[in-house]
Amino acid sequence: MDYWRWTESVWKDPDAPDWRGGTVTAGVDIGSTSTQAVILLDGKLYAYANMRTGSNSPDSALDAMNRAMEGTGLTLEDLRFTVGTGYGRVNVPFADKSVTEITCHARGAHYLYGPTVRTILDMGGQDCKAIGCDAKGAVTSFMMNDKCAAGTGRGMEVIANLLAVPVEDIGPFSLSIEEEPEPVSSICVIFAKTAATNLMRVGWSREKVLAAYCLAMAIRVVRLLERNGVEEDFAITGGIAKNAGVARRIERLLGITALKTDLDTQIAGALGGALIAGDLLKKRQA
Amino acid sequence: MIAHYGFEDGTGVFYITIDTGRCARCTQKGCKTGCPEGLFELEPDDEDMLVASIKAQARNAVKTACAACKPLEGRPKSLPCQKACGIEAITHSW
Repeated sequence: MDYWRWTESVWKDPDAPDWRGGTVTAGVDIGSTSTQAVILLDGKLYAYANMRTGSNSPDSALDAMNRAMEGTGLTLEDLRFTVGTGYGRVNVPFADKSVTEITCHARGAHYLYGPTVRTILDMGGQDCKAIGCDAKGAVTSFMMNDKCAAGTGRGMEVIANLLAVPVEDIGPFSLSIEEEPEPVSSICVIFAKTAATNLMRVGWSREKVLAAYCLAMAIRVVRLLERNGVEEDFAITGGIAKNAGVARRIERLLGITALKTDLDTQIAGALGGALIAGDLLKKRQA
Repeated sequence: MIAHYGFEDGTGVFYITIDTGRCARCTQKGCKTGCPEGLFELEPDDEDMLVASIKAQARNAVKTACAACKPLEGRPKSLPCQKACGIEAITHSW
């Protein structure tokens, strides 16, 4: 069983009016692990798709956009302006412009969580970003760690496979323990495997090992956040935002409750791209 | 914007910080040629103003790339990049 495999998603606004006659803009975020496509109709969320990145960035971009457009009657020609972002942003074949993921995440989080958000933690597949933004969603500061996969989604996937726990169950499992353990001594993906095996050998339950790992990851990203500066309101985006085991521990360490959204937390970058696409289209038309 | 480029690992915290608000107003952009290792490049910010950043491929290697400018003894008050900047938009965490 592939314990690391997370659930892909597709969403369409059931109440959206027909897109014909409106302005359709889009954003595509090609990350190292996941790819998202977001479509906006007159600046409002219309549809999105979130899937695993394939071996080829242009194909992943196209695949994600096709999933988002499926059943809507939209074609690539109907997208008035598209922004590519993320690690593979220059490889979105139908993008009109590429914009850095830092800028797009801030803008997307501003839409997802509202204009009060000032600190964003984006926990991606292979990196982690602390972003400060203003009331308009413009970036005021950022700090990124992509030195290694420790403390990222990929690290969590490795632990899921090692302990034979579906990656989406890690959060609830790690929160089911009665007493919080010490964090694992190292959250390097390689050394964490050794540490986890050793802890299991001395009798720790899987839940306790997961709690120790989630806590170590939370401590690591809180250090990044604090170095960049933490100002309320605070929100977490990216795949690990869905892992309550890490998210709750980050909140506990910061003493701040993160803002919540019903939408997929992984779409922030692509959503920001689609919003910026709307701005750029207006500029072009002016 | 305050942009931090670098990393933290078990040996320390290694970030080069650029105040892009100041940088955008600079007309000289001396950092681009002032760094002996050529770590700086110019890229458009959100308002399409050219600002300095650290080259993507160098961000995880700033510790070693900057080592030559940071001798253990007799480290200068201002590093070559800071001297070249002139508007105090560049700081180092270590």
